[in-house]
Amino acid sequence: MSTKKFRPDVDAPEYKGGYSPYDIIKEGTIAIVVVGILVVLLAVVFGSPDEPAVTLKRWSNAAPIDFATTALSELNGTSISASYGAPYNHNGPGQKLGPLGLARWVGVRIPINSADDFVIDPLQSLPNDPALKTGLSQWTHASSSTRSSWVANYTKAAGHMTFTNGNVVVPATHAGPVPLMINDLTHMARTGALDTALLSGNGFYTTDYTKPLLFIADGSYLGTLAQKQHMLGNQWGMMNETGSYPGQPWLWLYTFWYQVPPMNSSSNGDIEVFAIMIVLTLVLFFLPLIPGLRAIPRKVKLYRVIWREHYQSV
Amino acid sequence: MSTTEIERQWTTRLRHRAAGKLPPEKLLPDTQPSYVSSWIYVFGVATLSSLILVIATGCLLALRGPSWWHGSYIGHFVNSLHLWSVEVFFFAMVVHLWGKFFMGAWRGGRTATWMTGVVTFLASLLTAFTGYVSQSNFDSQWISTQAKDGINATGGGAYFNVLNMGQMLMWHIVLLPLVAIILTTLHVILVRVKGVVPPYDDNAAATVTTEGATK
Repeated sequence: MSTKKFRPDVDAPEYKGGYSPYDIIKEGTIAIVVVGILVVLLAVVFGSPDEPAVTLKRWSNAAPIDFATTALSELNGTSISASYGAPYNHNGPGQKLGPLGLARWVGVRIPINSADDFVIDPLQSLPNDPALKTGLSQWTHASSSTRSSWVANYTKAAGHMTFTNGNVVVPATHAGPVPLMINDLTHMARTGALDTALLSGNGFYTTDYTKPLLFIADGSYLGTLAQKQHMLGNQWGMMNETGSYPGQPWLWLYTFWYQVPPMNSSSNGDIEVFAIMIVLTLVLFFLPLIPGLRAIPRKVKLYRVIWREHYQSV
Repeated sequence: MSTTEIERQWTTRLRHRAAGKLPPEKLLPDTQPSYVSSWIYVFGVATLSSLILVIATGCLLALRGPSWWHGSYIGHFVNSLHLWSVEVFFFAMVVHLWGKFFMGAWRGGRTATWMTGVVTFLASLLTAFTGYVSQSNFDSQWISTQAKDGINATGGGAYFNVLNMGQMLMWHIVLLPLVAIILTTLHVILVRVKGVVPPYDDNAAATVTTEGATK
């Protein structure tokens, strides 16, 4: 059998010391009981958060102007969803890592047409509204340039939008059916009908909330609530949860990179953070094979504290 | 059937191989080297214990479906148990991971043990994340709408849609727990097969065989 020099960061010395009794079943049972008691105590004392979900109904009643402005942004193509790019549509370049546009390569797999999915189609599901029916017919039969002109004229005046006597009022001229559509969509949302309309796109049963979530996230209401719950990106974002609960502190390193330049202001920040984390994860995975890194514990000598009884005995 | 024929059976070969690698006294040892007396070893056992509690409380939540805990006092308490067992699980696992790093626990042919531990940690992160985005409350709305940008940027969002609560819930309660349990089992088996890494020997100048055992 061939022999080679002992490598202290790769090889383990042969243990020639003594052995002690070890009841693995008893230890495991005690551990489960102790951890179980700890978990019950924590659950009794602290409970768990359950802040109700934001509905389109709640949003449009609490902030009708924000809702109507967001609906307009879906129609004029300026919302986050409308200009996102892959996997939702072709309207944005998507993020790039150097020359690599990974999302764009994968393509549009969850097609979202913001104007149709969030505004036109839900309005078409409303029954018994002759004025709206006429307005939607006018929209459907108009040319693309006419629609754009209506939306542009409405958008110009939208800075003066008010919510008066339960109606969205915008001093817009030559806006075609757009004022009626935005106002009716806001009414629809305030009754709760829009929540149902966006969900029922897939049939009676659904567990897919992609459309309503994208719509709600396009507005500023959700973000305002998140800010109060210290959950914005610059507040260490999604590793937190509502209330004073610990959330997901194990994501601290991932969230950390969003707090530092250039990722905190980069338009490609997400893919840059992902790339950093993939590299770091590979380093962690292959650490036993990386000279230098695998020598750290031997040089730091914290093992002398961990095994202090052993070293005292030898 | 001859004895030779029986010895050639896949089942017989597997049994011999398993018994050779992991005999009962290794699987369920009644003694350990004396150096296994540090508090650091508690965190490995605590990780396993809390994982069992995570699974048990998750099963209790599954009994009445995903909406139960929002409207039931008992359901909410079970959810609290699930949350805190997850928090304890990660705390114990992270301390276990750092402990193993500072012990150089990959030494002596234990690289695979380290690697399965790292992958188990990653699978656990993903399992917890899918739990957070399938809670069907404000947390899941905010976390999912923020996280989508990161996953979409990699191209993965096209197939792993964090806004699809049904998909996330299935990953959370079926696929990822299965992966985590299989990896944990593999990790524990490797620990039992290879044994607990011995302490560093600062004066080690021994020669070592190509199999990694010291002489």
